[in-house]
Amino acid sequence: MSRIRLGDIAQARSGDKGDGSNVGVFVSNEADYELIRRVLTTDRVKAHFRGICFGDVERYELPNLFALNFILHDSLGGGGSESLKSDAQGKTHGLAILEMEIES
Amino acid sequence: MRNQLLIANGQGFWGDSILGPVRLVREGPLDYLALDYLAEVTMSIMQKLRSRDPEAGYATDFVRMLDRVLPEAFDKGIKIVANAGGVNPRACMRAVVELARKKGCTGLKVGIVDGDDVLGRIDELLADGEAMANLDTGEPLNAIRDRILSANVYIGAQSVADCLAAGADIVIGGRITDPALVAGPMMYEFGWSATDYDLLAASTVAGHIVECGAQCTGGNYTRWREIDGWANLGYPIVDARPDGTFWITKHEGTGGVVSRDSVVHQLLYEMGDPTRYLGPDCTADFTSAIVEQDGPDRVRVSGVRGGAPTDTYKVSISYQNGYKATGQLVVSGPDARAKAELCADIVFDRLLLDGVSFAPDQKTVELLGTGVCHAGIVDPCDPPEVVLRIGVKDTDRRKVDRFGMEIVPLVTSGPPGVTGFAGGRPKATDIVGYWPALLGKDKVTTTVDVEEVR
Repeated sequence: MSRIRLGDIAQARSGDKGDGSNVGVFVSNEADYELIRRVLTTDRVKAHFRGICFGDVERYELPNLFALNFILHDSLGGGGSESLKSDAQGKTHGLAILEMEIES
Repeated sequence: MRNQLLIANGQGFWGDSILGPVRLVREGPLDYLALDYLAEVTMSIMQKLRSRDPEAGYATDFVRMLDRVLPEAFDKGIKIVANAGGVNPRACMRAVVELARKKGCTGLKVGIVDGDDVLGRIDELLADGEAMANLDTGEPLNAIRDRILSANVYIGAQSVADCLAAGADIVIGGRITDPALVAGPMMYEFGWSATDYDLLAASTVAGHIVECGAQCTGGNYTRWREIDGWANLGYPIVDARPDGTFWITKHEGTGGVVSRDSVVHQLLYEMGDPTRYLGPDCTADFTSAIVEQDGPDRVRVSGVRGGAPTDTYKVSISYQNGYKATGQLVVSGPDARAKAELCADIVFDRLLLDGVSFAPDQKTVELLGTGVCHAGIVDPCDPPEVVLRIGVKDTDRRKVDRFGMEIVPLVTSGPPGVTGFAGGRPKATDIVGYWPALLGKDKVTTTVDVEEVR
């Protein structure tokens, strides 16, 4: 077992969902999809975003796209016009998840 | 009945490049041009503009864009569908008709979809038993009743199809959903009915993929080094068929890429529960879509399944929710980080001396350049310089303006190396609160109207 950066096998896009963000992560084949399904648990993602996400993390599976979709609740400082943050829409959260180190 | 349709999206949001639609009209074959001009905050700004001027309250960018593409789009038979009407579609229509007349587009038919704006009907709807409680918090609308700035129902493909059926070459709507700008033309041209849920779901998925313009053709793409031709990035085109199958592509010779990866990126954008994407016309199951590369810059999407929509519309209500201000300073090294932190402390301590304080969740301090966007994930660093970004919010406008006066003094009364203050004192701006709610579909009727340019 070796450790890799999630960004070595996955790509991602994120955006806002109210006061939370959505982070979609996808890979290019079935084997990698099974890997991210196994390692990207909601607890793991919540811990990774501990400096950003202060609410629950929800996870949805899209096997047809080899993708997982996470909702990071309370991660935008109120969201929309309420937020004082530079990244009020969670645009950079996709790149942030790709920084995660995982066991391959 | 058509058996193929080319629908492009040339505007991902209000503020997107005017080159998108202009190039799409010039660069290749096209049947429809869809343009999105709205966001939640946009509607409140437009209501404010309209309250000062009865002929304002729509996206004037749209008229400026038409000034560049008419009469070419008309001569080529390209129809245009846009939610540029904002809170005043009729005024937008008048401006477009006048422009088209000047451009000699005799015979061009300009249509509007009306009925999404329910701001003037709030009390009537409340009395009628529509609670419009906040979808996220459950709070009753009374909590913000006297601060409401705008209220619009998200309307769908059916209204767009109705307007096209009435003969419109240009469809101008208010809060038409982004996907419906693409789904509407498909519904009309392919003769789909309101209960063809799989087909409507397919067109919703198509609309979702292209709704942010170049975000599915190489923009905001993880492996950005693989992208060539940034300046003339192609805008996306849906090549649609009556059975709901469609291809995503772009005009030949344009930059960027249409690949399985570029399409999947955008499919995941702003996604909630992928098995139940709710829209006014149907629910769509994004986990049913089969996405395959089918030649260079061509991706086939098929197999999309959908279901009946709910019996409610989503209403987007905006309201005044206090004030905010943010300001920035550049702090050079050595010790940029420590000095920037000191600057932030000085600002808030001086405000305290003057009796002004802000709760921890009402203020922000960001040391841009040290790893703010990925806080807790990347190691914070001490770069040769940082941008100190500092902000507050409050219901008291005077407190927020007082804060704005205490940033620039740091240049002479803070640590050395403070510079880059441009743009004057930051002033308090409105915080526009967003209140999502539901409204019974039987309470909303949309109407269409078409005027021919003579």
